[in-house]
Amino acid sequence: MFILEKRPTPSRFWTAATPVLAVILTMIAGGLMFAILGKDPVEAIRTIFWDPLFDPQFASYSRPQLLVKAGPLILIAIGLSLGFRAGIWNIGAEGQYIMGAIFGAAAGLAFYPSENRLIFPLMVVAGAFGGWVWAMIPAILRTRFRTNEILVSLLLVYVAQSLLASMALGALRSPEGGGFPGSRNLSQWPASANPELIAGTGMHWGVVAAFIAVIASYILLQRHILGFHIRLAGEAPRAARFAGVNPNRLVVLCMGISGALAGLAGLFEVTGPAGQISIDFNSGYGFTAIIVAFLGRLNPIGILLAGLLMALTYIGGELAQFMLGLPSAAIQAFQGMLLFFLLAVDMLGNYRIRLGFGRAA
Amino acid sequence: MDLSAINPAVLIASLMVAAVPIMLAATGELVVEKAGVLNLGVEGMMIMGAVCGLAIAVEAESPAVGFLAAAAGGAALSLIFAFLTQVLLANQVATGLALTLFGLGLSSLIGQGYVGIKPPPTPRLDFGPLTDIPVLGTILFRHDPVVYLSVLIIAAVWALLKFTRAGLILRAVGENHDAAHALGYKVQRIRLAAILFGGAMAGLGGAYISLVRVPQWTDGITAGAGWIALAIVVFASWKPWRILLGAYLFGGITVLQLNLQAAGARIPVEYLSMSPYLITILVLVIMSADRGRAALNAPAALGRNFHASR
Repeated sequence: MFILEKRPTPSRFWTAATPVLAVILTMIAGGLMFAILGKDPVEAIRTIFWDPLFDPQFASYSRPQLLVKAGPLILIAIGLSLGFRAGIWNIGAEGQYIMGAIFGAAAGLAFYPSENRLIFPLMVVAGAFGGWVWAMIPAILRTRFRTNEILVSLLLVYVAQSLLASMALGALRSPEGGGFPGSRNLSQWPASANPELIAGTGMHWGVVAAFIAVIASYILLQRHILGFHIRLAGEAPRAARFAGVNPNRLVVLCMGISGALAGLAGLFEVTGPAGQISIDFNSGYGFTAIIVAFLGRLNPIGILLAGLLMALTYIGGELAQFMLGLPSAAIQAFQGMLLFFLLAVDMLGNYRIRLGFGRAA
Repeated sequence: MDLSAINPAVLIASLMVAAVPIMLAATGELVVEKAGVLNLGVEGMMIMGAVCGLAIAVEAESPAVGFLAAAAGGAALSLIFAFLTQVLLANQVATGLALTLFGLGLSSLIGQGYVGIKPPPTPRLDFGPLTDIPVLGTILFRHDPVVYLSVLIIAAVWALLKFTRAGLILRAVGENHDAAHALGYKVQRIRLAAILFGGAMAGLGGAYISLVRVPQWTDGITAGAGWIALAIVVFASWKPWRILLGAYLFGGITVLQLNLQAAGARIPVEYLSMSPYLITILVLVIMSADRGRAALNAPAALGRNFHASR
């Protein structure tokens, strides 16, 4: 049997190597899963990870999609990573994402059909506010009543989904939609549209915001006292208490930032790629972003890379669905598997593996 | 709106049925948490149970075999959790989330071939003449065996935790794993057993949704029941009989809002369907606001990993 021996300090090599190792292991296990489904594993893995970027036939369509899909994932994951570092578990980003979209769209549609240039900035602010408000519910309940923020933030996702359905069928339904659910098309109304900024790249305002968030969070964690407090609270809660870190303030801040960023992601999605508020415009980015945050080791640069990789599995998954008839659920299971392997190899950073017999229980 | 269409006896009978999935899953999670492990993957294990139960029940044409398969499916998924958290010492919160995300994906993969297929019906337990007692017969004696089984399991868990040595050891591991280890108990093995039991119970609960409550397969069929089960454990302040109370309360709200929808209440359907989640949050807040009780009853080592250094 093997036994684990705690390292005095985490290994720097393994901290960087574990995500790569996890991706490789996931490819192997995923290949096995695809083989069980009766697909050629090598071809499936190539279709998911290689063809979207380098296949002459698909790359011109797929490459821009990479940024379109990675933008919201990175934006949400950056916010989540701050809380996760401090031991604050906001897992309801999906709900905050939906609320951001609803608030932002409602603020914009109130001025329809005006062509004022200030409408889009207003919507951005309203979107961030919507996500922030939704995240403040678990935050305040946690600081006031010590209610578990994990459960509250998650249960609020279901509430947000019901609200979304009610908005798409009721208050925000397009009067010109012929009774079909869904709001007016926001991406075709110039005042609210979130267009591709540079043709052929997929770059829209949400992607820009994601890059800004990466840089800001890098500076925050490396150079700012608040970032230090966040890291301290996560790694040594008692020491943080003695150093005068107010845990409640940290909860409100971390939840607020992650909620606002998720709300922004929702707003950019609904004004750009999704185009309108519909019953199911949300595509689970809020949950996938949790995987992205961990895959990036809660580090801004890591999250940037992890977001791009995760976006690739989305696009490659669609391609594999189209080319090989691989079910879309297989990709979801594949992404979940990635998180498993990541958590499994994570201990290599903190522990050494020794071979030995019967010493520990 | 026609409130007279709602028959109280039928309402109570159907709330007992609606409460079963959460009750089973929450009882399992209670045992897991009493052993000091926080498994947030209940939703994932439930939905795996739901899909395994339905698939096997359809193939074997027997709901009983389906329920057994569901318990096995839930336990198999929880084994991944046990391996990651107990052997590889991974973070329990993150691993639980991974379990849910993976379970949702895998279940919809397995369930593809079973969309729209009706599972074999689960027969009622036959109580003979008792069934015909007015009101009481409707409420108590017209259910399938799983309804009674779920209450029996709660009683068994209560008795186990309160009166047996095994229960004492389980609680010791959950309160102070270092002390339990020093006394010679195998912390990791005990926790592994608890996690597997929790997985099997969540699987059963999920199968009850896909075999009896709904009964068919759709993606995401559990719709947050696993998370509500987690909340019910907190509501119950880790006491088995209060899980019964919490699950019936929740089942009551679910059934009532469904009845109101059917009776054509003037509240929009979307607001009615979000009410169970809102009330769960409200109940959580009330329970956790009472500082003394909530803090005293939570197992002291909840969510902390154990690593034997010596």
